[in-house]
Amino acid sequence: MEPERYELRENPQYDFPMDRRDFVRSLGGGLLIIGLVTGLQAQESGRGRRGDQRMPEEMSAWLHIGADGVITVYTGKAEVGQNTRTSLMQAVAEELRTPVASIRLVMADTDRVPFDMGTFGSLSTPVMAPQLHRVGAAARDTLIGMASKQWGIERGALDVANGEVIEKGGSHRIRFGELTRGQELVRTVAHDAPVTPASEWKICGTPVPKVNGREMVTGQHKYSSDMSAPGMLYGKVLRPTAFGAKLVSVDARAAQSMPGVTFVRDADFLAVAAQDPLKAEKAVEAIQAEWKADPQPSSRELFAYLKANIAETQTIHSTGSIPDGMRLGEAALRETYHVAYIAHTPLEPRAALAQWEGDKLTVYTGSQRPFGVRSELAQAFHIPEERVRVIVPDTGAGYGGKHTGEAAIEAARIAKAAGKPVKVVWTREEEFTWAYARPAGIIEIASAVRNDGLLTAWEFHNYNSGAAGIRGIYIVPNERIEFHETKSPLRQGSYRALASTANHFARESHINELAHAVKMDPVEFRMKNLQDARQRAVIAAAAEKFGWGKMKSGCGIAAGFEKNGYVCSAAEVAVDRSTGKVRVVRVVTAFDCGAVVNPDGLKHQVEGAVIMGIGGALFESLEFADGRILNPHLRTYRVPRFSDVPELETVLIDRKDVPSAGAGESPIVAIAPAFAEAIFSATGVRLRSMPLAPNGVKT
Amino acid sequence: MAIQLLVNGSEHRVDADPETNLLSALRDRLDLTGAKYGCGDGQCGACTVLVDGRAVRSCITPLGYAEGKRITTIEGLERNGRLHPVQDAFLETGAMQCAYCTSGMILSAVALLEKNPNPSGADIVRGMEGNICRCGSYPRIAAAIRLAASRQKGTAR
Repeated sequence: MEPERYELRENPQYDFPMDRRDFVRSLGGGLLIIGLVTGLQAQESGRGRRGDQRMPEEMSAWLHIGADGVITVYTGKAEVGQNTRTSLMQAVAEELRTPVASIRLVMADTDRVPFDMGTFGSLSTPVMAPQLHRVGAAARDTLIGMASKQWGIERGALDVANGEVIEKGGSHRIRFGELTRGQELVRTVAHDAPVTPASEWKICGTPVPKVNGREMVTGQHKYSSDMSAPGMLYGKVLRPTAFGAKLVSVDARAAQSMPGVTFVRDADFLAVAAQDPLKAEKAVEAIQAEWKADPQPSSRELFAYLKANIAETQTIHSTGSIPDGMRLGEAALRETYHVAYIAHTPLEPRAALAQWEGDKLTVYTGSQRPFGVRSELAQAFHIPEERVRVIVPDTGAGYGGKHTGEAAIEAARIAKAAGKPVKVVWTREEEFTWAYARPAGIIEIASAVRNDGLLTAWEFHNYNSGAAGIRGIYIVPNERIEFHETKSPLRQGSYRALASTANHFARESHINELAHAVKMDPVEFRMKNLQDARQRAVIAAAAEKFGWGKMKSGCGIAAGFEKNGYVCSAAEVAVDRSTGKVRVVRVVTAFDCGAVVNPDGLKHQVEGAVIMGIGGALFESLEFADGRILNPHLRTYRVPRFSDVPELETVLIDRKDVPSAGAGESPIVAIAPAFAEAIFSATGVRLRSMPLAPNGVKT
Repeated sequence: MAIQLLVNGSEHRVDADPETNLLSALRDRLDLTGAKYGCGDGQCGACTVLVDGRAVRSCITPLGYAEGKRITTIEGLERNGRLHPVQDAFLETGAMQCAYCTSGMILSAVALLEKNPNPSGADIVRGMEGNICRCGSYPRIAAAIRLAASRQKGTAR
């Protein structure tokens, strides 16, 4: 996996483990499965960590079976729409041979779940699911051991099924709860505990429906923004007039004179609390504040700014000699590609409800990093992390955009001043303006190819957008890949698939251009330069399903590899000759992410990634000038709607012999380059900037 | 100012600033949080509720407009423990990811099917264009609407 600086976060320095004996008593006895938070989990989550701190080794509770037989599982992962709640429950159900409905999964509550770095990097499936398989297997093993002892029957003759331990071919059976009743058993899960192989899965690998779907269709599920508490006030922050603006003066007398309004000032932080949102809004409007901001670059001059502000260059990969490779080629190509800043636009904006009880702080907030937000809160208020509890209800999406705890800190600060619980819900405009953006970037590629289609040189420079997915999938003897970190006019951070989308856009567009340069079919050209069998298989699968080569115009294809998933997208577009408007007619995506855990959930993630990809590929772009976002509303920042959705076909390659990879991110990476090629095929116009056609294609 | 609201068949007296929008009254006064804030200017459909059977964007609907009219929110769609056919169809097709848009999608779909019990694909796109699903569940939402339509055929509601 590529290092990705936007996922680098400072770690908490310490942790205060709860006495586990107290914990198991608080659960009312039964069987508790615990394990160390270390090894694979810490390595994976902490990769590329700044400094060299080791994760604290902490014994954590993973699974509990109470006297009532209720199986409760604990994980620090957050559900943000990627269906991980359901798929993780499948992992435990599989090992305990029990229905998914008999399990409760406690997620993302820092007082109750094992430490977790966060829900990002498509790690829930490859790292957390195997952990929960091991936890479930340990519980199964313990339950069988208990029954074996009770009955005097050897273990090998026993099994578990439907929440019971049973004697194979015999008459003995006992419910889990009866076995664990009155017990206070603690067992440790081993890192190498044997788990059920994918080829024998009965519950994993099946399309289990979303476990809390009914709450969703009845409006019963409470998102962070829906939470309330007795006596709760509504908080609102007065935002500066521009990024980085400093407060010169403030007159809050009018706001302070409003009945029931609390005014908060802490350095440059200005906010109010009131009994209803409208009062809070009016109070904020009544504050007279003067701000001073430095001049800042605008989106018009963005790319010149990035090139002029390189902070650091990293050579990601270097082999052979670029000059030699250029000489060996019979055709050469140099092109530059651009990507704009885009906004995640989760439909639920940042929101938090904060409540102080003495010096203990509890915050409900939508975040992908509950422990990270706990850390931010502890730092912001100079209190130990053990006094902060962060709870993340299943959240109205994130897409990499909710790694930080702004709303949580704001709500907590206002609550501290008001002495009451306070909820802060960002407006859409705040979300567009004060959240972070997917980085913009410039990518320059110089390449050479022989007439028989073999690549001889590949020089790739990415400015600012990031290093994820920067290494190609093709075999090139002379290669140089550099990432240039630059200053960024906008606050930037993670986004679904990170920079892999930008790097794939440039690389795969360039590969299509090279194929044309040597008059080869883009699929044939790729196969010529590819060795990886799984990569070749997804390209072949997408091409076949699409009917590649049967249509003359309007078709494009691109492929890629990201987070251990192999993807190929083939697209058909229609371009209106008079208006230049691009309509995506059809997208076929072939995807191999190893053993499929939930085919229905996976297909849904692929479709979602493709549709989200349409926005970034064709029309999404944050415009800005002088420290302000110029299009901070859905009227002016267009996201895909029903009419943008093409016919979608998804081919899933289920590899039971390969560990499952996460799948929420990877299927987005080949969309933009497939569209660019399809537009070229339809019009002869080669577009090299994302978004490709915010105002149509000029032909 | 006191305003009488008829929500899901029950009368509620809401004492609020007349500038308060219907969405805030439902969420912040009546704790009916099924309708969501998504954009605050009627662009995303997350706040959709039915007013006299018509889908309206409650975030830009003044409280006064809703006074005395029949308001239906997602919480009021279930009857005697039975889900509305559109809710059932959303569940069966798995037409949600984060599900933050789901209440608005379902109510928009209910209103669409009331007007047009047998919508074509193009009718669904036209009728639902004002509702954003950022997770991209559009194909399944359309499938859910088609499923509900096929079930409702001939069923008087």
